[in-house]
Amino acid sequence: MTTTLPTTSSARLPGLIRRLTGDEKHAPSAHSTVDVLQVLYDRVLRVTPDTADDPERDRFLLSKGHGPAAYYAVLAAYGFIPDAWLDDLAGSESRLGHHPDRLLVPGVEIGSGSLGHGLGLAVGTALGLRAQGLLNPRVYVLLGDAELDEGSNHEAIAYAGATGLDSLTAVVVDNSSASHGWAGGIASRFTVNGWTADTVDGRNHEALYAALTGHRPRHPHLVVARIESKG
Amino acid sequence: MTDMRTAFIDTTTALLDEDPRTALVLADISASQFAAAGHRHPDRVLNVGIREQLMIGVAGGLALTGLRPIAHSYATFLVDRAYEQIKLDLDHQGVGAVLVSIGASYDGSAEGRTHQSPGDVALFDSLGDGWTVRVPGHPDEVAPLLRNAATSDDPVYLRLSEQRNAEAYPDATRLRVLRRGLTNAPLVVAVGPMLDPTLAATEGMDVTVAYTHTPRPLDTPGLRALANTDVVLVEPYLAGTSSALVSRALADVPHRLLALGVGQTDLRRYGDPADHARWHGLDADGLRRSISAFLGSVGG
Repeated sequence: MTTTLPTTSSARLPGLIRRLTGDEKHAPSAHSTVDVLQVLYDRVLRVTPDTADDPERDRFLLSKGHGPAAYYAVLAAYGFIPDAWLDDLAGSESRLGHHPDRLLVPGVEIGSGSLGHGLGLAVGTALGLRAQGLLNPRVYVLLGDAELDEGSNHEAIAYAGATGLDSLTAVVVDNSSASHGWAGGIASRFTVNGWTADTVDGRNHEALYAALTGHRPRHPHLVVARIESKG
Repeated sequence: MTDMRTAFIDTTTALLDEDPRTALVLADISASQFAAAGHRHPDRVLNVGIREQLMIGVAGGLALTGLRPIAHSYATFLVDRAYEQIKLDLDHQGVGAVLVSIGASYDGSAEGRTHQSPGDVALFDSLGDGWTVRVPGHPDEVAPLLRNAATSDDPVYLRLSEQRNAEAYPDATRLRVLRRGLTNAPLVVAVGPMLDPTLAATEGMDVTVAYTHTPRPLDTPGLRALANTDVVLVEPYLAGTSSALVSRALADVPHRLLALGVGQTDLRRYGDPADHARWHGLDADGLRRSISAFLGSVGG
């Protein structure tokens, strides 16, 4: 069960997203990442605006930097950035661009936009925490199914699996947008390299929560969040 | 005698023992030489396999957690291949690393173009002005430059080569005058391993020869203080790499510039590094011809 504050924060999301996009027609679910982000910030990630620089915090890295409206809205809902920032997306004085910049936005762990960079940075972050004896923080990185086309991901998938980097969880939001698909499934790319994997309904919050907390010792973990095709 | 690569391995091994902030990321190259250090520090000696994009991504992640990563491979794999990772996983994240390359422009003469990176320093110039670029000319310059880099969080590129000068000048971050000409003598700036051929080429000429192992940031105050009308650059990477910096530094002063370095053409030839130096006009004879022609053309 969620606490009062997160529920309040979640309830604010639709309005915050509309504030960003000016889009009255589409429900928040039009945004592919919104449910994963909501469950992560509501119930999974041990990070708040007060601990955004704490070495012991969990890390969330948005690798798929495109379409960050849901991400910005979540950061506002949970108090990392002022709501007013949402009103001027990509304006000349705005700190919020079409791709997030970690030096401009509190709570943002990496600047992203060019696909295929987040997973490698996440692997390095997990290794850096381990090397400093910071064994509690977990590193989450969110990718898209089409982003997996980038070969750099497969360097990271193979290495993280081979070395059993078990503080790492990758989330792939799968809306079947990869041009050539993933014959045999996305999860198999990871599991063949030693990852554990859960493939769930990406709109079902209970299923997402179980998968996002379903990591096992000695293996990096993958969550494939399947949602409706981009269309 | 120790070569630059061995100096790098010895110094990095010591840094790993001394400083818990130091972390090393490898992509198989030199991995066996760090095996012992890896046994002592398994969490800070990381060989990711032949995965250079990941090597830089991991370096970026390590730096984000507060460690000081050193990443290492042949220049062409470390810089050319992973250019966007350097741009985004380090620079754009606002973090630094120490990148240490071997191979330089044509140490891998017999290996061919695939193992050569004459354009690496120009690539760092394309990233902006944040990078310190060190091009030691002698193995004894490597340890102090690497130790200096390890203590900061700044982005530092250390370009090692098998080409070397007879003497070390560890104190050459700024232009260091090694031969002084008469009043108004032309200035010849030699970078890294180009010093010895430059000294040999200008023997008997009335020129001032200044040396640096740190082309970025270029010592522009020193350049302005030493330069008269004629300036010659001798660089061990692409010819003209520092021309824009010299032009900017001397923008308000009438001057002529000859920029010597490695040519842009893939020669598609093997041989040894001395052959390549000759083909690019960077041996003493070639340099002498170019510099004499340039200085002889004064007023012509």
